[in-house]
Amino acid sequence: MKALVWHGKQDIRCDNVTDPEIEDSRDAIIKVTSCAICGSDLHLFHNFIPAMMPGDIMGHEMMGEVVEVGADAKSKLKKGDRIVVPFTIICGQCDQCKRGNFSVCERSNRKKDLADKVFGHTTAGLFGYTHLTGGYPGGQAEYLRVPFADATHIKVPDSMTDEQALFLGDILPTGWQAAVHCDIEPEDTVAIWGCGPVGQMAIRSAVLLGAKQVVAIDYIPERLSMAAAGGAITINFETESVVERLNELTGGKGPQKCIDAVGLEAHVTPSQPDTLMDRAKQAMMLESDRPHVLREMMYVCRPGGIISICGVYAGLVDKIPMGMAMNKGLTFRMGQTHVNRWADDLVRRIEEGQIDPSFVITHTAKLEDGPEMYKVFRDKQDSCIKVVLKP
Amino acid sequence: MNILTRAADITRSPGDPKVLSTGPSSLAAPDQMARGLGWFSIGLGLMELFAARSLARSLGMQGAEGLIRGYGVREIASGMACLSVNPVPGVASRIAGDAVDIATLMAALPNNPKRENVQLALLAVIGVTVLDVLCTSQLTARHGRPSGPGRDYSNRSGFPQGVAAAQRLSRDAPAGG
Repeated sequence: MKALVWHGKQDIRCDNVTDPEIEDSRDAIIKVTSCAICGSDLHLFHNFIPAMMPGDIMGHEMMGEVVEVGADAKSKLKKGDRIVVPFTIICGQCDQCKRGNFSVCERSNRKKDLADKVFGHTTAGLFGYTHLTGGYPGGQAEYLRVPFADATHIKVPDSMTDEQALFLGDILPTGWQAAVHCDIEPEDTVAIWGCGPVGQMAIRSAVLLGAKQVVAIDYIPERLSMAAAGGAITINFETESVVERLNELTGGKGPQKCIDAVGLEAHVTPSQPDTLMDRAKQAMMLESDRPHVLREMMYVCRPGGIISICGVYAGLVDKIPMGMAMNKGLTFRMGQTHVNRWADDLVRRIEEGQIDPSFVITHTAKLEDGPEMYKVFRDKQDSCIKVVLKP
Repeated sequence: MNILTRAADITRSPGDPKVLSTGPSSLAAPDQMARGLGWFSIGLGLMELFAARSLARSLGMQGAEGLIRGYGVREIASGMACLSVNPVPGVASRIAGDAVDIATLMAALPNNPKRENVQLALLAVIGVTVLDVLCTSQLTARHGRPSGPGRDYSNRSGFPQGVAAAQRLSRDAPAGG
């Protein structure tokens, strides 16, 4: 079969690979009908996430049709079922899964020993990601083996198109969880840094969850126009002061809730000098991530507010003003997404027409064009915000 | 397929797909060229840093060892920037460095007992400058974002019933997920 394979920094190729095989009685194999390139795929593309290996298949946003089912998954899945595959692999049986903390499933990371050493305790296995999270082959491929498939799936209603359903596996619940983590109240201003696909979903989620005011911060005009379409007030940080605008919009008090949908690769620009320092440190391996957004959120957030982090961080950050955060009494909430915790509610909301996540798709291409689309997405060319690939 | 890809198969389980043959890379010729220039820059920088005395001697520039070492540090910094995910500033900084190198070598030409070596070095720097300029223009063409406002997505609310209806929904059903 064909698959998009990581060969090194910025080196993705559409390769011929062997077909996946059932390994365990809880496995299933799907024929991928749609998959997408995620912003966090770019962190792998740039080799900022450690423990990738040449030959790893990319992709953790995918859906498809079940073509083979292991004996112990047959009670939940059958051939022909249309499913979205959550990016977090879950056993559904461990203590964490029982609590709904699916992204920290205790059993699905097949390289648990490695994760235990690096993280202290393992987190869930993830598709198409680092070997710290299991090194599972990803879904930017024609076929995908789904481990623990009886638990790791979201059934797609017939009424839903691929484009409406695909993002249930990652970016929609990721944006949703970030907004839920904010405990939004009717008088709240929610400020969201980053208007990429997850930021766009976080904006819609904050609106649906009842924020009085949603403010979106980015520098790319087309992303800001999509944010405004979703009901956000926009701030272009290249032309405006984020601190001044947020104070204007909140009577000088700052937003109660802040969401970081940027993560470790904050835009580097002379207008934000700390980003230059971070970039230099990153080049010299003195820190792995560029945490400008974290610093700015901690500064602008109203005392007693909540900082919600859904953007991906990989390792070490420097010059974080913890004294400021502590004295302001800020609450930090973060984590990979507990996709299945939110799935039923989000499926219902899509079916009821409350939200249609397909709005974010700007490019659709064949799987073979994947390597070029990584470049287009990375370079934000052709007004690209979200790429869907059709194997 | 290279040996690293084959070796990494050891880490995979039997049911995982393995690479049979590879397709075209997302890494295009200008990206490869930038990496080549980056490694060249680091190599040259190390030579200038650690062999400044013999370089100065061969160029008839005794007494300029400190300057050559400074240029070495500059070359290493440029090289690291060329190897980063956005190599354009790195290659551009090499062009600026080339100009400084050319000016320095030109100044060293008159009354130089090693004039021929200096001329050879000048020729080499000019040759590399051409490569640097070519690389920058190709990188910019491949990775640059065209100026202008881009597409207008102001009709993509994501709310089939409109933003106002979505806001009303939340008022009717309180927050909480």
